[in-house]
Amino acid sequence: MLLLVYLLLGIAFGIVLIRSEVLSWFRIQEMFRFQSFRMYGIIGSAIATAAVSIFLVKKSGLKSASGAAIAIPGKALGTGARYAIGGTIFGLGWALTGACPGPLFALVGNGVSVMAVAVLSALLGTWAYGFLRPRLPH
Amino acid sequence: MSTWLTAPWPWYVAGPTIGLFVPALLLVGNKVFGISSNLRHLCSALIPGKLEYFRYDWKSTGLWNLVFLSGVLAGGFLAAHWGTAHDIAISPATKAALTELGLHDFSGVAPREIFSWHALLTLRGFVSVVLGGFLVGLGTAYAGGCTSGHAISGLANFELPSLIAVLGFFAGGLAATYFILPHLL
Repeated sequence: MLLLVYLLLGIAFGIVLIRSEVLSWFRIQEMFRFQSFRMYGIIGSAIATAAVSIFLVKKSGLKSASGAAIAIPGKALGTGARYAIGGTIFGLGWALTGACPGPLFALVGNGVSVMAVAVLSALLGTWAYGFLRPRLPH
Repeated sequence: MSTWLTAPWPWYVAGPTIGLFVPALLLVGNKVFGISSNLRHLCSALIPGKLEYFRYDWKSTGLWNLVFLSGVLAGGFLAAHWGTAHDIAISPATKAALTELGLHDFSGVAPREIFSWHALLTLRGFVSVVLGGFLVGLGTAYAGGCTSGHAISGLANFELPSLIAVLGFFAGGLAATYFILPHLL
């Protein structure tokens, strides 16, 4: 039952988020103030690990457990506007909440229950994108 | 061994562990590690309206991710109950800067003076939680990803769109940190 595997991976990820402290508003502030190496070390080594892993997985020619061949679709660049503007909007929110989507949920589980309001607000924000989408540059 | 489960992890353990979720999800089902699409799936499931962006089969494309996300929620809960809560050992420089902005309580994972039901009734709490959350949801949807999808999966796959997104993340984060927070806190 593959869904069970995703559940277990999710649980593991929630634990990792807490133990790594990347979901701490204090850590995010440290990062944006460039007053600690920690967050950069975490993000940098995560990217490096992922990059090496992707290379090895592709080279191995392995198929996924579900049977699907492993291929990562590239993202369409378009004008780049969506990434630049959307990214900046996200960044503003990231600094204000001290959390991105995964951490918002982990924080609720961890006991910062008021973040449930942030989750609802985030859903509204995503909905707003769906509404504004035809009028936004992509 | 048990301290690994109960104490905070050093960056060189946390980072690679996070990075390993990328190949793990690829090997399980050719899934790309990226949490923010869950917000889209939830909107599609609950409040699609007549919007084209939400008219797709969220169950077949997104169920795995929603299950993953419920795991994240559960994992957060489990981590709270395994081991004692540690205060975040932030750098003295950051502590000093935040104290100057008006924060005094550095206990817990998020400042209670901003993130609590009580603080929600204050401007700093309301803006941080409600406006902050809204910007996260709007921004990740527009950018097509958040830190997991763009910063980790995207950069690890050498994708230019993700690099632009990450530069945007920092532009926004720095702007909020230096121009908004001093007036908000």
